Amino acid sequence: MLEIKKLTVRFGELTVVDGLDLAVEEGQWLMIVGPNGAGKSTVLNAVTQGVPYTGQILFEGQDVRRMKSVQRARCIGMLAQSHPAAYSFSVEEVVSLGRYAYSAGLLSGRGDEDEAAVETALELTGMREQRRQSVLTLSGGELQRTFLAQAFAQDPQLLLLDEPTNHLDLIYQKQVFGMISDWLKRPGKAVISVVHDLSLARACGTGALLMDRGRCVARGGVPEVLAPERLEQVYRMDVYAWMRGLLSQWS
Amino acid sequence: MGTRSDRFSPWEYALFAGITLAVLCLCVCVGSVNVPLRETLTAVAEALRALVLHRERPSGLGAAIILSVRIPRVLCVALVGASLALAGAAMQGLLKNALADGSTLGVSSGASLGAVIAIAFGVRVPFLPFAGTTAMAILFAFFSLLIILGLAYRMDCSFSTNTIILIGVVFSMFVSSLMSVIITFAADRIQHITFWTMGSLQGKNYTDVLLTGAALLVCGSVIFSRWRELNAFAVGEDNARHIGVNVRRVRLLILLAVSGLIGVCVSVGGTIGFVGLVTPHAVRLLAGPNHRRLLPASLFGGAVFLMLADLTARILLNPVELPIGVVTSLVGAVVFVIIFYRSRKRVKG
Repeated sequence: MLEIKKLTVRFGELTVVDGLDLAVEEGQWLMIVGPNGAGKSTVLNAVTQGVPYTGQILFEGQDVRRMKSVQRARCIGMLAQSHPAAYSFSVEEVVSLGRYAYSAGLLSGRGDEDEAAVETALELTGMREQRRQSVLTLSGGELQRTFLAQAFAQDPQLLLLDEPTNHLDLIYQKQVFGMISDWLKRPGKAVISVVHDLSLARACGTGALLMDRGRCVARGGVPEVLAPERLEQVYRMDVYAWMRGLLSQWS
Repeated sequence: MGTRSDRFSPWEYALFAGITLAVLCLCVCVGSVNVPLRETLTAVAEALRALVLHRERPSGLGAAIILSVRIPRVLCVALVGASLALAGAAMQGLLKNALADGSTLGVSSGASLGAVIAIAFGVRVPFLPFAGTTAMAILFAFFSLLIILGLAYRMDCSFSTNTIILIGVVFSMFVSSLMSVIITFAADRIQHITFWTMGSLQGKNYTDVLLTGAALLVCGSVIFSRWRELNAFAVGEDNARHIGVNVRRVRLLILLAVSGLIGVCVSVGGTIGFVGLVTPHAVRLLAGPNHRRLLPASLFGGAVFLMLADLTARILLNPVELPIGVVTSLVGAVVFVIIFYRSRKRVKG
């Protein structure tokens, strides 16, 4: 579905992503992990054309750079880390924006298909009750679910998630990952997410990519990529011992 | 996009139009010389009949005041108010910042500089001798916007309130210094130049009405047709890109339309501050942030607000007339402080 070849992103003299290759197929949930500053989020930003880059990003064989904005949005959706709200849009208004790529005319409203997509997205994320509520009054978890509903309403084939459980408490983390797992079961879907929580990466990922200082350290199956020696090389600490130590507190 | 009821009903539009028309009638009738409504309507009806049947225009002092002075002035005021409010609403959506406005960003000052250069050095457009000031004001408004937003983006990669306001203030001071230099070299035109700095719509004629109306029609249509994109920008620029908005193209299009509106308004009425700040803010409280409702409501609201400000400027110290910019700035400065205080409180909270 998505193929990235020799992706390099530079901000002035600084090389943030250095010659990265990766591929994602239908039904896959690729977890991108690595320490801060590894270039994980920049990879997602490059896919959504948010940063200039060299190399190639192909979606179903087509260069993403040459796609029109609306065409790209029908194929690739993205859920950002945070969503600072400035105006009191309702939850439904924000979710409806996900249908922008399908809007027909300059002055036309929402069609039946758009209505159905918005309803389904609100239902999937459990935000139907709060549909009239202002986004300024939502908790962090509700806001994240609202934007996840927007991404679902957008109905992309590939969903990019940039630390989707950032700032969320445990119950919301569980809910959000559950919703994404359900969504992924639909035909023709795939997910790439940047995560810091290695336990969540192990639990939900079908594949993983380990990054450090802009480079790919390992990619493939989750157990192989998250092997103790590889994590120690990247995080410069015994990650397994640390994790076991944390878990032992609960016994 | 939004809900199916996100647009105003025809009845609501009729109500807005009715209120605007009522205020327009009030402003035409009331002034240093009060003309009764009946006499005003008769003069307008006779003038229209004369226009259609190619007869002589109605005579008399009342008719002359109404037809030659009040109506073109009030129409100009309404169109300038509507244009500035629409431009303000578009900028506030585009930058996701409730304090963005031609005057707070320094765009109006930039447009004034263009107009002042045109006056001081006699800049003219070939075949359109009256358009030199307007063209320069539009050009300078656009480049001012590019400079201000470019600087804001380079400073913190966002359009945060503090950065935008700071750059707007610095830019306005810089422009003010340049205008002082120009005034030094063009002392013979100092009275004309003072007009731009204070803002006034005194002595406007039907040519000004046509010019402002045409700008509102063209640039307003561009802004109205982009209500979905403005909603997306108001939620967040990155989010707009993710849902498929061509961010660069739409931003350029809206900035061009906003520059056109501000440039024409400044060339017609000088620097009239805070209309684009106060009106969309007040209207947002009533109509909500959805641009499908916010833009038309701002259009009517801006027209009503500036007509009432102009009426106040005319009658408050009668027979002395205050510049309209003084009245709008008095109201606007208070509202600016309230919005800034509330936005800071929200950030801290």
